[in-house]
Amino acid sequence: MPVLSPVEKVKKRRHSGIVRVTHWLTFIAFVALLISGGEIVISHPRFYWGEEGNVNTKPLIVLPIPASRDTVPTGYNYVMPDQNGWSRYLHFEAAWVAVLTGLLYFVYGIASGHFREKLFPKRRDWTWRAYRDRLAKYLHGSWSDGDDGFSYNILQQTTYLFVIFVLFPLIIWTGLAMSPSFTSAFPATASLLGGRQSARTIHFLVSWLLLLFLVVHVAMVSLSGFRRRMWAMIVGTSRKSEEVK
Amino acid sequence: MNPISRRKLILGGFAAAAGAGGLAAADRLARRYGLIPPDSGGFYGPGETLTYACQRLLTARMPTREFPRSMISKNPFANEVQPPTEQFKRLQANGFRDWRLVVDGTVARPLVLSLADLKSMPVRSQITEVACEEGWSYVAEWIGTPLSSVLREAGALPQSRYVVYYGVEKWAWESIDIAEAMHPYTLVTMGMNDGDLPVPFGGPLRLRVPRQLGYKNLKYLHHITVTDNIRKFGQGLGSIDPETGYAWYGGI
Repeated sequence: MPVLSPVEKVKKRRHSGIVRVTHWLTFIAFVALLISGGEIVISHPRFYWGEEGNVNTKPLIVLPIPASRDTVPTGYNYVMPDQNGWSRYLHFEAAWVAVLTGLLYFVYGIASGHFREKLFPKRRDWTWRAYRDRLAKYLHGSWSDGDDGFSYNILQQTTYLFVIFVLFPLIIWTGLAMSPSFTSAFPATASLLGGRQSARTIHFLVSWLLLLFLVVHVAMVSLSGFRRRMWAMIVGTSRKSEEVK
Repeated sequence: MNPISRRKLILGGFAAAAGAGGLAAADRLARRYGLIPPDSGGFYGPGETLTYACQRLLTARMPTREFPRSMISKNPFANEVQPPTEQFKRLQANGFRDWRLVVDGTVARPLVLSLADLKSMPVRSQITEVACEEGWSYVAEWIGTPLSSVLREAGALPQSRYVVYYGVEKWAWESIDIAEAMHPYTLVTMGMNDGDLPVPFGGPLRLRVPRQLGYKNLKYLHHITVTDNIRKFGQGLGSIDPETGYAWYGGI
């Protein structure tokens, strides 16, 4: 069996250890947050804008589902099982995992050049034309970029940057804006968003965007070769090069 | 065994020892400064402990969010828990003149206070929000005596670490740490929006803890016990909440 030199190993490595570990920790935390968050929403499936909001005030969004508390008028003659206790414990524990993992990833991303080299588009590639061309390729069913996923195209880069630097900070901010203790120290966390209920509504909408990202991400991984992409994110190397040696 | 794996083993051993030592030191410090919540055990313990410790370090001495009078809710939601008992109805029929708040535990002078006694103490008013763990909220003006005044009147002893409080129903019991109890916004509340506190909102007496969720704001307050050992109460988890699956700390 030929032994790969360290240089070759690095060359063949698609995702670094930190990227792989933080990817899967984030995945686990996100699934936990999604399930527990859904359970918490069920206890009051109404959303408001501004500071206050309760069954006596006008809602902005009413989810067409029964609630897990009988004090919420939903129009259904049915009260769902109440799962708020463990859901809240799990939600905040998973939030810690997500935030600490995110911090590690953020520091690594800057220190190692991961953001600069892989995620920030090269200035000359950052054109409307590049977006249009890549979109056209996707629409024609071309899922891979020909280098076995070793680099990201402009649409992928933009999506990842949006999720990492817009959606994640926004969901953390709106989450903190719902904490009565945190907002007691930093009232602007809530008031800048228009109030506690606005924060809750934005938190809910951003979680849908993150779920949309997850669905599209998994769909794209599947279309461009599920096993190879999974192998790369778990083991770190390209499976093809492993087979070659 | 080749030298590299031996070196790795030794380094790994040092790292593990340092890690364990660091954790033990962190644990000792955390206990000393009261950063561990009573419900710190089990699968959700680490997350709960991180949350509580961070809030203690970050927000324990901060005030709370207050609102202008114009933001007081027109239709606050009372979230009535259950119909009052016969005993409660008898007290209500008498205008709550015989309602008593008992203060005992690690205090120099145990107290039995009537509503009139409480009103004769320094009273303050504040416009703060009630936020329920379900997600809804409302803003109201609350009038009452700071719990810190009551605790000073009773002469809470220096070893006091928690304040346990009960509603009229025996099952309804809560506790907060001494920092939250001494916080100027933690209010033994008798009035709401310029009137007496209505019964559906917890009247005649409710403990308002505006920096924590609604469930810590116990209605029908009638007994306060100051303690140096929270383990002696219920299952030792700090309040009824962890016994029914909810976090003891309601500040999130």
